[in-house]
Amino acid sequence: MIALTDQPINTEEIIATVQSDGAGAINVFIGTVRNNTQKKTVVRLEFEAYESMALKKMQELADLASERWPVQKVAIVHRTGLLPIGEAAVVIAVSTPHRKASFEACEFIIDTLKEIVPIWKKEIFEDGEVWVAAHP
Amino acid sequence: MQLKIRLFGITKDIIGQTWLSLDIPEASKVQDLLHNLQTTYPGLTKLHSVLVAVNDEYAKPEITLKPNDEIALIPPVSGG
Repeated sequence: MIALTDQPINTEEIIATVQSDGAGAINVFIGTVRNNTQKKTVVRLEFEAYESMALKKMQELADLASERWPVQKVAIVHRTGLLPIGEAAVVIAVSTPHRKASFEACEFIIDTLKEIVPIWKKEIFEDGEVWVAAHP
Repeated sequence: MQLKIRLFGITKDIIGQTWLSLDIPEASKVQDLLHNLQTTYPGLTKLHSVLVAVNDEYAKPEITLKPNDEIALIPPVSGG
C-alpha cells in the first residue's frame, strides 16, 4: 500500500495490509507532529506533496527495500495538508520473516523518504511559519 | 518554446504562484532553465538546493527539455 492522504491515517488498517502468514515480524514507524523545534513552539504542520512523483518515489523505496531485505509486504502512507500536534504524518509498515530485517528495511525507507520523496513540511508557529530545510 | 513549470513549497512562495509559464530557446537544458529562473528570481539562489524534475524524475543538468515535458522545481524536501 502506497498512498498520500489528506485524512488522518488509520495505523491499524495499514498494519493489516502488511500481515502475512510468512511474516514473523512487522515493524511500524509512525512519524508524528511534534510541538516544538529548536526551542520554538510549533502549533501545527502543513505538508505539501508533488503527488505523482511522490507516489512514484515511495513505490521505488518499497521496491528497493524488497530487493535488499526479504520483505513480505510494505506500506507507506504520508499525510498532506494541515496537521495538529500529535497526529501521524507518516506511517511505514514492513513485514519480514525475522525481526532484524523489518527494523532495517523500515529505517531505510524513512531515512530515504526524507531525502528523495518530494514532500515539503512547513512549521507553523504562533508568530510565523517556515518551510523546513529550505535554507542552509 | 513554452514551458509550464510546477512550483512547490518555498519556490512557490518565492515566485508567488503555483505554475509558471516560461518562454525559453529550443533545446534548452535543465541547467539553462535553472539559470534563467535564478536570474529572474534571485531568491531561489538562497535555497539549500533547487532541483528540477522532468516527467516525475530528478533530471541531470545536461538533460534537454522538450515542450511537453512535465517540469517541476524541487526545493529541499522535508517529508516524514
